[in-house]
Amino acid sequence: MRNTQATALLFELASPGRRAARFPAADTPDVPLDQLIPAEFLAAEPPPLPEVTEPDVIRHYVNLSTLNMSVDTHFYPLGSCTMKYNPKRHERLAGLAGLGDLHPYTAEADAQGMLAMMWDMQQMLAEIAGLPAVSLQPAAGAQGELAALLVASAYFRDRGEKRTRVLFPASAHGTNPASAALAGFDCIQLKGTSDGLVDLDELKSHLDDRTAVFMITNPNTLGLFEPQIHTISEMLHEVGGLVYIDGANMNAILGVTRPGDFGGDMMHYNVHKTFTGPHGAGGPGAGPIAVRDFLADYLPAPMVEREETDSGPVYRLTTPTKTIGRVRSHFGNVGILLRGYFYLKTLGPDGLREVSEQAVLNANYLKSLLADVLPVPHGKHCMHEFVASAKSVQGKTGISAMDLAKRLLDYGFHAPTVYFPLVVPEAMMMEPTETESRATLDAFSEVIHKIVLEDPDFVHQAPHSTPVSRPDEVQAARNPILHWEPAST
Amino acid sequence: MDPASLKYAPSHEWIHVDGDIATIGISEFAVHQLTDLVFIELPEVGRTLEPGDDFGVVESVKAVSDLYAPVAGEVTEVNSSLEDNLDPLTDDPFGAGWIIKLKVTDASGLDQLMDQAAYQAHCAAEEH
Repeated sequence: MRNTQATALLFELASPGRRAARFPAADTPDVPLDQLIPAEFLAAEPPPLPEVTEPDVIRHYVNLSTLNMSVDTHFYPLGSCTMKYNPKRHERLAGLAGLGDLHPYTAEADAQGMLAMMWDMQQMLAEIAGLPAVSLQPAAGAQGELAALLVASAYFRDRGEKRTRVLFPASAHGTNPASAALAGFDCIQLKGTSDGLVDLDELKSHLDDRTAVFMITNPNTLGLFEPQIHTISEMLHEVGGLVYIDGANMNAILGVTRPGDFGGDMMHYNVHKTFTGPHGAGGPGAGPIAVRDFLADYLPAPMVEREETDSGPVYRLTTPTKTIGRVRSHFGNVGILLRGYFYLKTLGPDGLREVSEQAVLNANYLKSLLADVLPVPHGKHCMHEFVASAKSVQGKTGISAMDLAKRLLDYGFHAPTVYFPLVVPEAMMMEPTETESRATLDAFSEVIHKIVLEDPDFVHQAPHSTPVSRPDEVQAARNPILHWEPAST
Repeated sequence: MDPASLKYAPSHEWIHVDGDIATIGISEFAVHQLTDLVFIELPEVGRTLEPGDDFGVVESVKAVSDLYAPVAGEVTEVNSSLEDNLDPLTDDPFGAGWIIKLKVTDASGLDQLMDQAAYQAHCAAEEH
């Protein structure tokens, strides 16, 4: 049973003199603190830490953890985030002492096993991308974008070309223009067509010798595969520009098609989304990038190289000749890369293709179940996710996308992404992922159909079963309270 | 300001021109679409704008939107009270919620703007 008192802060539970541990008396002579640390570095008063017992602390955090909604406790169709279940086997393997405890300064000769796996990971990611050179360095997808754009920038500089513009469709992830701006490019946003795809005339009107890179997510944020991607790539290549594929939605096309095959010159992976790993809370993530051969020399260092010798293969770290440098300390977020590695090895090529087929099937199944109440304005079929609209529900009942999202929590479902992307009114973006059963999708659909028939006033006030119902978002944004302070001060 | 006397941009800014001074805000429809407003970023007085330049940002709990200049001009005044209190923009977007004033340097952009009837049709189309 849930403890509804669980949200009291440790400071509020504190009582003077409580301890979780008592230390034995020291058997060495006491030295006054100010003889050990210069007075100017000492605080006048000890910090006001909460005084609590061990059971206080344990109950506090265990009870808080029961308030979490996570992919381990609930169906989590949060569109754009790919909240698939993470197999626990891979967590365990990545934590094996020989892997998890390996020191980053271990000599190459003593880390051959790890280097062999990372080399293998480079090879696998190159094959899935259809692009030959891979750097595992970037610490997250967005850093992968930045690193790849710096690679593009170094490439053009090397060729003596002054290309200043990065183009992207209006449906792009916000990280695309952010990365481009950080890499020193001017950002040009292109209007899309009414069916959610790239407008070729609009694209053409912006292509010239200033064009550096066109960034595109394929399938896009609406869950639609861009059928003109080949033509788009040709148009970019004709003016000497590069095509960047944002790999955020690779979960939909693994083993079916490859960015390198449809004209992409560079891409990033989100290892945690596509190949599983912990989500959220700021990482750690991993955002490997894959590029065409003519860009390989500029990749971030180090990379793993394999040399065949008489006594078998030897692996070593190398630095590409014209590298943009390091983008992360040591070898990147190896723990996350390992989870991806084990995931790929567990599934194999056929299993990986099945992941995408199942993800696309699940999304289309859920889309069809909901079509009568939450129609999808763009596209007949979707890929791994779809963006439905609660516009007609709202018109008939007053129940908005936000109301539906909040009420779902009472039924034990995490909400879909709402009000994104902006091109769909009352947007509800759903991504069931491949790890959900048909029974779960049926149950979710039944609940949606039930909620739209409920008393709208009751739904406006949902959720009714959570410790906090609807936070005041305006106050939270305008006057955030970021830390606890004693009431007396 | 009488909404019927204003000109509108497709990106939901309204403009009222009096002599060479233009007052610019965003429409009631835009405010309604954005829902609860949280922040506004205003330009500095003296900045020169070309038609289509972004001159600020309005952020709601739902979305962040750029504000675009419908005509060319130099910013002469900004409604800086909005930075502390966005209620006038929510309650009276065509009046107390005005955002900037421009000294118009080129009024040619005005011809491409919509009157109220055309703008209402534009909003109705956008809702579907």
